[in-house]
Amino acid sequence: MITLNVNGKDYSVDATPDEPLLWVIREKLGLTGTKFGCGQSLCGVCTVLVDDEAVRSCVTDVGDVAGSKIVTIEGVPDDHPVKQAWVDDQVPQCGYCHPGQIIGAVSLLKENPKPTDADIDSAMDGIVCRCGTYARIRRAIHHASADGTAGGKS
Amino acid sequence: MKAIINLSRRDFIQKSTILTSGLLLGFYLPKKGLAISSATTFAPNAFLRIDRTGTVTFMLNKAEMGQGVYTSLPMIIAEELECNWQDIKVEHAPVDPAYDHTMYGPIMVTGGSTSVRSEWERLRKAGAAARMMLIGAAAKKWQAMPGECTASGGEVSHSKTGRKIAYGDLVEEAAAQEAPEDIVLKPSSEFKLIGKEMARLDVPEKVDGTALFGIDITLPGMFTAVVARPPVLGGKVKTFDDTAAKKIPGVHTVVAIDRGVAVVADGFWSASLGRDSLDIDWDNGILANLDSDKQAEEYAKMAEKPGLPAADRGDIETALQQAEKTLEAAYELPYLAHAPMEPLNCVADVRSDGCDLYTGSQFQTVDRNNAAAAAGLPPEQVKLHNTYLGGGFGRRAVIDSHHIVEATQISKAVGAPVKVIWTREDDIQGGYYRPRTYTKVIGGLDDDNNLIALKQVIVGQSIAKGTPFEEAMIHDGVDHTSVEGASDSVYAIPNFRVEYHMAPAGVPVLWWRAVGHTFNAYVKECFIDEMAKMAGKDPYQFRRTLLKNNPRELAVLDLAATKANWSSPSPKGQGRGIAFHTSFGSHVAMVAEISINQRARVKVEKVVCAIDCGQTVNPDTIVAQMESGIVFGLSAGFYQEITFRNGRVQQDNFDSYDLLRMSEMPKVEVHIVDSTEPPGGVGEPGVPPICPAVANAIMSITGRSLRHQPFRQEDIAA
Ligand code: FES
Ligand code: FES
Repeated sequence: MITLNVNGKDYSVDATPDEPLLWVIREKLGLTGTKFGCGQSLCGVCTVLVDDEAVRSCVTDVGDVAGSKIVTIEGVPDDHPVKQAWVDDQVPQCGYCHPGQIIGAVSLLKENPKPTDADIDSAMDGIVCRCGTYARIRRAIHHASADGTAGGKS
Repeated sequence: MKAIINLSRRDFIQKSTILTSGLLLGFYLPKKGLAISSATTFAPNAFLRIDRTGTVTFMLNKAEMGQGVYTSLPMIIAEELECNWQDIKVEHAPVDPAYDHTMYGPIMVTGGSTSVRSEWERLRKAGAAARMMLIGAAAKKWQAMPGECTASGGEVSHSKTGRKIAYGDLVEEAAAQEAPEDIVLKPSSEFKLIGKEMARLDVPEKVDGTALFGIDITLPGMFTAVVARPPVLGGKVKTFDDTAAKKIPGVHTVVAIDRGVAVVADGFWSASLGRDSLDIDWDNGILANLDSDKQAEEYAKMAEKPGLPAADRGDIETALQQAEKTLEAAYELPYLAHAPMEPLNCVADVRSDGCDLYTGSQFQTVDRNNAAAAAGLPPEQVKLHNTYLGGGFGRRAVIDSHHIVEATQISKAVGAPVKVIWTREDDIQGGYYRPRTYTKVIGGLDDDNNLIALKQVIVGQSIAKGTPFEEAMIHDGVDHTSVEGASDSVYAIPNFRVEYHMAPAGVPVLWWRAVGHTFNAYVKECFIDEMAKMAGKDPYQFRRTLLKNNPRELAVLDLAATKANWSSPSPKGQGRGIAFHTSFGSHVAMVAEISINQRARVKVEKVVCAIDCGQTVNPDTIVAQMESGIVFGLSAGFYQEITFRNGRVQQDNFDSYDLLRMSEMPKVEVHIVDSTEPPGGVGEPGVPPICPAVANAIMSITGRSLRHQPFRQEDIAA
């Protein structure tokens, strides 16, 4: 049994310590918002926050994050400026990458509430979008940043 | 999918004639099929259901894979129905003939950028018929003439008396109305929704994480399976040892299926560890020695021989002999994987009396029927529940439904619901690629430097060959998707010939976003620039001459050039390239502005795109699809190819099959031509022009052509 804190809730799950966090979240906690894209830390769609840091859950051993605070897409409040901007800017197409993109943006704004284009490039380059929504992701991050409250929230 | 369009255009016309002549199609009859009204619901046809609360449920018969049909199609029906937009609710339609494609024959399919084009008339009529029945019901209730009543905002009003009644309160009476024979459609000048920017209905779910994709579906008692498939495409299992796999905790069982060996487990991780522990002896089959370099040589040899004619105008051989100058070039484009962000998957629950499938499908009827055959059940007993698709691009319109059949066979074998998940490696190495092509082109200029002759010989595999689509898509040996975008070019070239060689079958190939237009537009538009250069002419002006007889196309080209300030010099250190292409009923021109740094790295700075797709439905979706097509094309142009050595695919994940990332995203500007022509497609037409526009921009700086994709460093570096 491994104890996990996800989105502010404690779970006790039957998992071996070397199981990837991604599959524990998706299959054992039933939080399917976090997506599987490559399994090799190459696409970023599985990104979650672990103690406020964006990590690739597909290559994170669940045993290593017991006791950490984990936040998934479901744990980002609906009124979070990033989620709001994502709706206002009509960012998603197929939508599959966006849980990862949103978590990436939340983490970026927490660290850097006023990112430049170059900051966005370096923070978001690891999260791919096959539908090519990058222009809107950039726009939405700027809009969320202009809101000014993203820094404090996650 | 041109041939299908042509073939079924007949069918489409027949149906349209039936509609306009006032005869009723089955889907209008309230008592037929799925359109069953009740005391609490008014269901005038298979697409609509209105309940007493006024909620309008729209049955979506197309796959939502990012292209926006979840919003654009209900917009069309809501426009004519005159309901409140916020009363619309969307549900995925089940497999039923009422939802068959109006252009592609008796199947449900999402492809060929046809959703809006093909449903435009049917949905408008479905909405208008319902509106007329609601008006008729109100008029009857008020003992007024229907002509005195109007519908708007989800209610019917009677102007004389000022009475109003909501649709929800007319449900019972409307259900008793006869379906109208002469359906009156609104003139486009009265459109309130169509052509307006509407927020996508699927966005909130896709932002809060609740949107369900096939991979997210869980059923009680469900197992997860990962399948070991042959390392060489088309191979077979000889023998296997599953002793070690079965010892992995969480592994339930191991079953042999047609396409390989499936490890069935409690979850993905155990299944995947189980698969790693299988010991399988494979028969590698006919592709065991496949080698991309050798294949390239074979294709080049084929191109030297005369192919089968796909287009022929004037006298090409004489014109080339008499030409003042000629240029010969060969272009090579690779096999490409679709790599949708959501890897393929399917949940199947096979029981003795039925089967339920949960998956994101572009090919609902085909998938349902293939699953039925695999389950040994009649198709009516198989229900396909469509979900959101985490990208399609053609990869989820698979003629043999292989991933659906895998799930069905495994579920049947274990007697429980099973979810099959493909890994990214399974996806990249799993075949069903865009065909590779080798195209030889010869062009000739007269002494005034006019392009008077163009000959193209295309070598590539056919997608349709050996499938049920063969008859519709291959005519006299010419495979239409292999020549689309080449043989139908509207450029005014007096002597013009396109020939085709069908390359040997083997590697499974499939329609990849924009299909034949991807390679043919590249060759056509790059070669036009090569000819313009030889002619000493500006590539934009050179194209203008070639489009002199086509005002609509010319206007799109002019719009892109004007918005990009083509006539002014490029910013210092930058180059511009232009390309134009017509596909899927829409005309698109692009101007790409690029820079090349000291290390010969190309950066696409900006793309100006102009599109004429006829009447627009949701303009922001058109902009989004152009942005999307540009990224999709650039990913291929700069990074992607599938190659073979000793029969093995050499790429396996996003490190070896990369795609465009945030830092490489150009600024994109989209200009839409205002038009009342019938709608064209938008999902695919943004892909074909981008790579030639970029290649032409590179050539404008380096003076060298790029005849190979992905672009090679040696073709860029000075
Ligand atoms: S699934 Fe984790 S980075 Fe791709
Ligand atoms: S929206 Fe489809 S992968 Fe990003």
